Amino acid sequence: MNEKITEKLKILADAAKYDVSCSSSGGKRKNTNKGLGNAEGMGICHSYTEDGRCVSLLKILLTNHCIYDCAYCVTRKSNDIKRAAFTVQEVVDLTINFYRRNYIEGLFLSSGIFSNPDYTMERLVRIAKKLRQEEKFNGYIHLKTIPGASDELIKEAGLYADRLSVNIELPSEQSLVKLAPEKNYTEILLPMSNISQQLVQAKEEQKLFKSAPSFAPAGQSTQLIVGASAENDQQILQLSSDLYKNYSLKRVYYSGYVPVSADNRLPIITEPPIIRENRIYQADWLMRFYGFDVKEILDDQNPHLDLDIDPKLSWALRNRHVFPVELNTADYEMILRVPGIGVKSAKKIVSARRFAALNFEHLRQMGVVLKRAKYFITCNHKSLQPYDFDSQRIRNKILFGDGALRSPLLTQQLDLFKQVG
Amino acid sequence: MYFYTYDGSFEGLLTVVFEAFERKAWPTAIAQEQVAQPVIFGETIVVVTDEEKAQRVWKGLGKRLSEAALHQLYHTYLWEQQGFEQIIFDYIKLAFNSAQTIEGNYTAPCVLQVQQAAKQVHREKHRMEAFVRFQKTTDELYYAHIEPDFNVLPLIIRHFTKRYADQRWAIYDTRRCYGAFYDLQSTQFITLDVAPRKGLGVLPESAVMEEEHTYKQLWQVYFDHVNIPERKNPKLHLRHIPKRYWKYLSEKQPRRLA
Repeated sequence: MNEKITEKLKILADAAKYDVSCSSSGGKRKNTNKGLGNAEGMGICHSYTEDGRCVSLLKILLTNHCIYDCAYCVTRKSNDIKRAAFTVQEVVDLTINFYRRNYIEGLFLSSGIFSNPDYTMERLVRIAKKLRQEEKFNGYIHLKTIPGASDELIKEAGLYADRLSVNIELPSEQSLVKLAPEKNYTEILLPMSNISQQLVQAKEEQKLFKSAPSFAPAGQSTQLIVGASAENDQQILQLSSDLYKNYSLKRVYYSGYVPVSADNRLPIITEPPIIRENRIYQADWLMRFYGFDVKEILDDQNPHLDLDIDPKLSWALRNRHVFPVELNTADYEMILRVPGIGVKSAKKIVSARRFAALNFEHLRQMGVVLKRAKYFITCNHKSLQPYDFDSQRIRNKILFGDGALRSPLLTQQLDLFKQVG
Repeated sequence: MYFYTYDGSFEGLLTVVFEAFERKAWPTAIAQEQVAQPVIFGETIVVVTDEEKAQRVWKGLGKRLSEAALHQLYHTYLWEQQGFEQIIFDYIKLAFNSAQTIEGNYTAPCVLQVQQAAKQVHREKHRMEAFVRFQKTTDELYYAHIEPDFNVLPLIIRHFTKRYADQRWAIYDTRRCYGAFYDLQSTQFITLDVAPRKGLGVLPESAVMEEEHTYKQLWQVYFDHVNIPERKNPKLHLRHIPKRYWKYLSEKQPRRLA
């Protein structure tokens, strides 16, 4: 019995791990029925994998049987792998028992598509319903909506789930046609826009009637695969920007493509593009928390993010005319744009300067990191930089240290050696 | 020079504040009775905790500080690191002596120190909420030991009480020798007559339910299989879970051979 479950868990956790979403925050589900669990407020990462990703939810597929053959996907029909399927009760038992031991915040359930989309979606909904109604479970539930599932099922899913997500995976229709011939963009975007309408509607109804049922209170998210198709960073971020604006998505996740298949429709790579993925996340943060528009981060002249430096520094080096920023008088929004100064530091600065004119010693004590910021700020009109360096010099100094004894080229070569060794 | 001693309680410390203001005798040092060294020069003032005086200080602070700032001050008490009493005293004195609010004045050392101590405590609280692993005992109690860097047990109780409303649970701080116990109605502080074995780790085999092994093993299997080996990043892994927390984590315990 246990061995069977263990084997299923191995296969179905393995198959689900390429879905990077792990967030368990933003739910508003309180434990009011003296049941199990509470999902209000902040999410908690209960552990971290050795690749450094947060483990917050029991993230599994219901099954990895699939009728589709998407080239990038480890579960595709033509892939010769072991297949397994959980029963509804098995998923419920695992979730409850992991939750009771404080291993997890809840369940993230996705699935390969067996029989047809509705058949699969119906099973996912049944699990969420059972957890909520029979087990009085108030923990976090994230359900994947299966492309092509009916509106009614998606609507029902939203009643039990805290978050719903539809993965776009490929950042353009062209790539989708090539790599996932059974899927199409309408089938993916339609449920996303339905969910977004339901979210708005449920919020409106709750304003009128407190008892109106909530619909996926933690909103919806999606995932884009980076590096499995030819889109550049500008296309990817433009798509994200549209999704945030037009579909009111809570999050867009990016997953650097891990080579899981030798399919000849895919690029041949040996390592996942981890640095590129990281830069895209930084750019995504700039759009969501730092007031940047996608057009400021990338444009037709610069369609790729600089892999060596973060996108905020890139932007600052291209826009030297707005610097230096005087920290004692500048707007909060402008301080946020200084490379190396994050939301927390910016808030501290704005708060502290009401009491005294700040100097660099104050900044140091408050923990403001000056390594990059020092080229772009003044404090009481004093600068830490005696010279006005050009952008290229600043870039080198930040990348290779103040002495800049080593030439950039040499360091790059050393890095290459390191990679080979 | 005035040396104050108190009994180590938060109310005791607030009483010290009251006495110091009453006498206008500002402390050179504040220490707990049992660890205080006798002094040669200066006066030692032994403060006896007084509920009423402590209340007056706390209420007075309530008029000048936000809820969040009061929390930070209490967090600083639970921080327990060298000199925390003096930091709290300086903060309260500054609060009472300033015409306008002192919150957010990070140019004042005590305000910055309280903010930083509170941040450390808050982080440890969050880690305990994340890293506690309950084991189900034969009498259906979900039990966990902790040894937090700071005294965060009073802060995590609310979280666990709300979350695990339908199961009996207990969390015991083996470093500070006290715990919290929830009996399906409310959560109480407890001390055990027989201290649990020093160091953390597993309960004796006879004390845990058979299913405990099953779920621990399943969790380990899960943990091993969500990892993506191509993306291995030990530095990032350690930044998120420093080694000193591994003792709590069932997924970091040795695998039992089936």
